[in-house]
Amino acid sequence: MAEIRLTGRTASPGLALGPFTVLATAVAARTETGDPAQETAALLAAIEAATAELADLVATVEGDAADILEFQVAMLGDDALAEGAFDAITAGIPADHAWRAALDAEIADYGAADDEHFRARTADLVDIRDRVLAQLNGVDRAAAIPAGAIVACDDISPSAFLAADWSGGGALALASGSPSSHVAMLARARGAPMVVGLGPLSWEGRIPATALVDGDAGTVILDPEPETRRHFEQRMAAAAAARAAAEADSTKPAITADGRRIAVLLNVAAPEELAGLDPAICDGIGLVRTEFLFEASRGLPDEDTQYAVYRRILDWAAGRPVTIRTLDAGGDKPIPGLTVDRESNPFLGVRGIRLSLARPDVFRVQLRALARAAAHGVLKVMLPMVAVPAELAAAAALLDAEIGALEASGIACARPPLGIMVEVPAAALRAEDFAAAFYSIGSNDLTQYTMAAARDIGAVADLNDTGNPAVLALIARTVEVGRARGVEVSLCGDAGADTRLTTALLATGLTTFSVAPVAVAQLKAAIATVNR
Amino acid sequence: MHDANASRAAETFMPLTASAVLVNPVGLHARPSVKLTQCAKSFASKIEIALAADGPWTDAKSPVKVMRVKAPQGATLHFRVTGADGETALAALLALVHDGFGEG
Repeated sequence: MAEIRLTGRTASPGLALGPFTVLATAVAARTETGDPAQETAALLAAIEAATAELADLVATVEGDAADILEFQVAMLGDDALAEGAFDAITAGIPADHAWRAALDAEIADYGAADDEHFRARTADLVDIRDRVLAQLNGVDRAAAIPAGAIVACDDISPSAFLAADWSGGGALALASGSPSSHVAMLARARGAPMVVGLGPLSWEGRIPATALVDGDAGTVILDPEPETRRHFEQRMAAAAAARAAAEADSTKPAITADGRRIAVLLNVAAPEELAGLDPAICDGIGLVRTEFLFEASRGLPDEDTQYAVYRRILDWAAGRPVTIRTLDAGGDKPIPGLTVDRESNPFLGVRGIRLSLARPDVFRVQLRALARAAAHGVLKVMLPMVAVPAELAAAAALLDAEIGALEASGIACARPPLGIMVEVPAAALRAEDFAAAFYSIGSNDLTQYTMAAARDIGAVADLNDTGNPAVLALIARTVEVGRARGVEVSLCGDAGADTRLTTALLATGLTTFSVAPVAVAQLKAAIATVNR
Repeated sequence: MHDANASRAAETFMPLTASAVLVNPVGLHARPSVKLTQCAKSFASKIEIALAADGPWTDAKSPVKVMRVKAPQGATLHFRVTGADGETALAALLALVHDGFGEG
């Protein structure tokens, strides 16, 4: 039987191989009493029992897991949740149907939210719904997840996740799901790889016996061929060894075997990712994606909101440099009311700096917030998708104008150094033409534009290779220009965290990498093995 | 009798209002909602929230209703508090929002 390859989105990194387990929630049929008073009593008892069950579970966990369950306890303890169900029971609807309908309406409401954080809470409500249904129907909850299993289902509830033992391996392969869900957060914390958005999980004939989950690449392979499996096992062994060696050394500076000091910076999408992280693991922050500010707010975020967030990140960095990228919307990151809809090819359309210059009303607000924050730490500003020097010049003129206005009003501010991302081949080929204070290589886009291959199109994914000599040559060229001009060059794309590429990237002359916090330990370990 | 008391209480205590911007990274979602309702429930006053100064007002002591507001980060949260401990309650609620609900 041929292996089946599925591509989704990564929600928790890591590699896992194990028995393929389809998780089904079995709910037995229930005998209705037909009497609204008895049905009301049955639902009340079921809610009480579910609350007690949750309270027991809360006592066995701590930290994030406890917070998540306490949220469920609070929701279940609120009469407003069951109000609609009790009304329906009075009107003659059986308790289980009434409860399911009331909760499904609530779930649909969350699912329709603009904000991904609210959409991600649907899993908690499904969990609450099924807990009470299980009590009403008098059946045991879904069969426990066997240790080490690759769990396949549409989505999974936090309590089903917590009920399993993830210390001995195992992973999640979800048809839908979200990287912002509570389960994704728990999976990252427990080191369980998780891929979401795989689409319908289907296969021909018998159910696959084994599966492997690549939480780094966001792929799942069902019934892998022996060769695929062998290759994957080698990667797992290498990753396990590297992780063990790396964890202890993550706060030490990154130094190659031949003694070169390499700066390791962090990529963050939201300040909350920094909570609980020791700033000592990094030499600063190389990329703050500001899209989250725009996604989370219904309108566009105002200056003070942006300023407060930038300040918080600077405070965390405690004097280390922080590079903030101006809004990089468009392409695969649409923002309602801002980006241009229905472009025939969004990746070649109005995105990044092009969008900011087309919407100076929005861009000016961000530049003002950045200039104000720059008075309180080492802040640098980076422009995405720059193709020609005129774009940098236009952005610099807008920044200067805003600083002039702030100064005229007596508001504290400073002019942050203005650098560019090098992700359009034109910028790499003529890097010397840009009066940039620094260059940061966006390897994801640089690779897809150089190779003309998108990484989310499975059929051409092999071509989307940052290790291709053409891409490496553009990186090396940019590094050379940076050295000649005396400005920093860093790399902030996903390739920085791919330790298979570390040797090749260091060979281009790069001395600064910016990666996700979770990748720091492994990258430093990989750097330590590189000899010129 | 009960109704008479309620209307007297309403006469005695004018509603206090105030607003604050949600600065925590993910808005008024799961954990912040729980913290807000727990704080609200620790006071006797009637406490309501809204996304606009003229409502619609939502009972701040109900996590289910607070979640239905779906207040995103950057939204301005309006409070309306009526009762004997209204001033203390309002101060505590505003502090909670300003503090980002204690989240990173």
